[in-house]
Amino acid sequence: MNDTRTAARSGPAPQRSARTPTMGRVMTRDGALPWTQRRWVRTALPIAISLLALVGWEVLVRVNRIPHYILPGPLLIAQTLWDNLDSLMLSWWFTVKITFGALLLAVVGGVLLATVFALSRWVELSMFPFAVVLQVTPIIAIAPLIIIYIPSTTAALLLCAWIVAFFPILSNTVIGLRSADLNLRDLFVLYRASRWQTLRYLLAPAAMPYFMAGLKVAGGLSLIGAVVAEFTAGAAGRETGLASRILEASFRTEIPKMFAALVLVSLTGIAIFLIFNLVARLVLGKWHESEIKVRR
Amino acid sequence: MTTLLELRNIHKRYDSGTVALQDMSLVVGEHQFVSLLGPSGCGKSTALKMIAGLSSITAGSITWSGGGTDHAHDMSFVFQEPTLMPWATVFDNVWLPLRLAGRSRDQARAVVDAALRTVGLGQFAQAYPRELSGGMMMRVSIARAMVTQPRLLLMDEPFAALDEMTRFKLNNDTLSLWHSARFTVLFVTHSVYEAVYLSQRIVIMAARPGRVVTVIDVEEPYPRSDGFRATVRYNELCVQVSKALYAAGEQDE
Repeated sequence: MNDTRTAARSGPAPQRSARTPTMGRVMTRDGALPWTQRRWVRTALPIAISLLALVGWEVLVRVNRIPHYILPGPLLIAQTLWDNLDSLMLSWWFTVKITFGALLLAVVGGVLLATVFALSRWVELSMFPFAVVLQVTPIIAIAPLIIIYIPSTTAALLLCAWIVAFFPILSNTVIGLRSADLNLRDLFVLYRASRWQTLRYLLAPAAMPYFMAGLKVAGGLSLIGAVVAEFTAGAAGRETGLASRILEASFRTEIPKMFAALVLVSLTGIAIFLIFNLVARLVLGKWHESEIKVRR
Repeated sequence: MTTLLELRNIHKRYDSGTVALQDMSLVVGEHQFVSLLGPSGCGKSTALKMIAGLSSITAGSITWSGGGTDHAHDMSFVFQEPTLMPWATVFDNVWLPLRLAGRSRDQARAVVDAALRTVGLGQFAQAYPRELSGGMMMRVSIARAMVTQPRLLLMDEPFAALDEMTRFKLNNDTLSLWHSARFTVLFVTHSVYEAVYLSQRIVIMAARPGRVVTVIDVEEPYPRSDGFRATVRYNELCVQVSKALYAAGEQDE
């Protein structure tokens, strides 16, 4: 297929760039990707639009002389971020610790429980309702109770973030462990595979795409859980995260500082999203349709 | 003929009450190529799965020559789909039965490589299933089945989803493998032509309930090649088997 494209490229240029559908992507008849699918365009476009929006925001604020305590411009927010970088980074690090700590616990707990569920229908029937209750009860409603009952603020925040992140990992992994091909299951039975061998060589790899999907969702949710819990806790002092800094700034009407902390929360969320996308690509890129680069 | 296994009055009834097989008796000889031919729902695949121990028997018995109860290591199964692990390379897929039996990659390497060479995929050991064509994936599936050197190879419509040319080629490859390794094949198919081309015995089955209607022996010598398909005898046999199949269809209750 590639040879054909190379040969076509070296030939005379086509009269017009007719589109040819391929598996998942569209190519021009001369074999080149259309400009909207070129890598640099895909990177540059959102950056350009974001820059344009920031410039528009700055112009809007300056032209209308909007006071900074109503709506600060992006330049002032950047300046505030720079001026408070040390203290904000301390808070950022705290939020990151809570987020990833909760996510790690959600992964360990979710995968272990999902494995038990997959191996025993009785355990699943007994315990799944509790998992559902955790999922459907809004974290904002449970957080005050957790903060009352658990003396350590850090532990309470971890628990809140864990509750939010846990369910996507659990439910996706359970579905994944059950999704292995029935004929492959029969093959493992025929070859007298032990439970451990079946889990290791069949069920776990078959569950991986589902687990990765759950991980992507849980990554974002654990950050949301950490921020929401912090808002509820209203924690103050040295051990505080970005949500506390936003609250603190709002009490002092330091709107640019609120925005600066918000920028860090957003960037953290984006980083989490990108990290797990990369992890999914590394883990599934060689074999699963969701991550295979379809360029033939 | 030395008997390899015997099915005696096999009966299969599902919990829903459906009778999948009724009083099926069959003697399969050592090194034979036997096809089960019949319409959908006649219990061909069910019979295969019961022999493999993947489905329970409601009544009757399956006995192997030499006795014993667990014959898992004497059998291999090739499904209608290639049934490969998409996350594993071709080598790892073929290695699987040996890996489950506790043989390390290094211990299994020579056997796996030989199996892959036998099916013509020696160069594709490190490829992933998605990189192969349907016919190549089925070859991997056959290599995986062969790697344990089974006494009995159970094949459940393995070439049904392939195009005609690939199917013909894989028919020849299967015969060649069977001829050289001398295992027994129990082959389920819908195709009269495939059954006649491959088999020494064709077991015609009818549906509702699934049962054996007649057994036709194909006494043409091996090796058979594509030239056999053009012979008068082949066509006579196809007509004979088709008529038997048609008659079996008319006996459906």
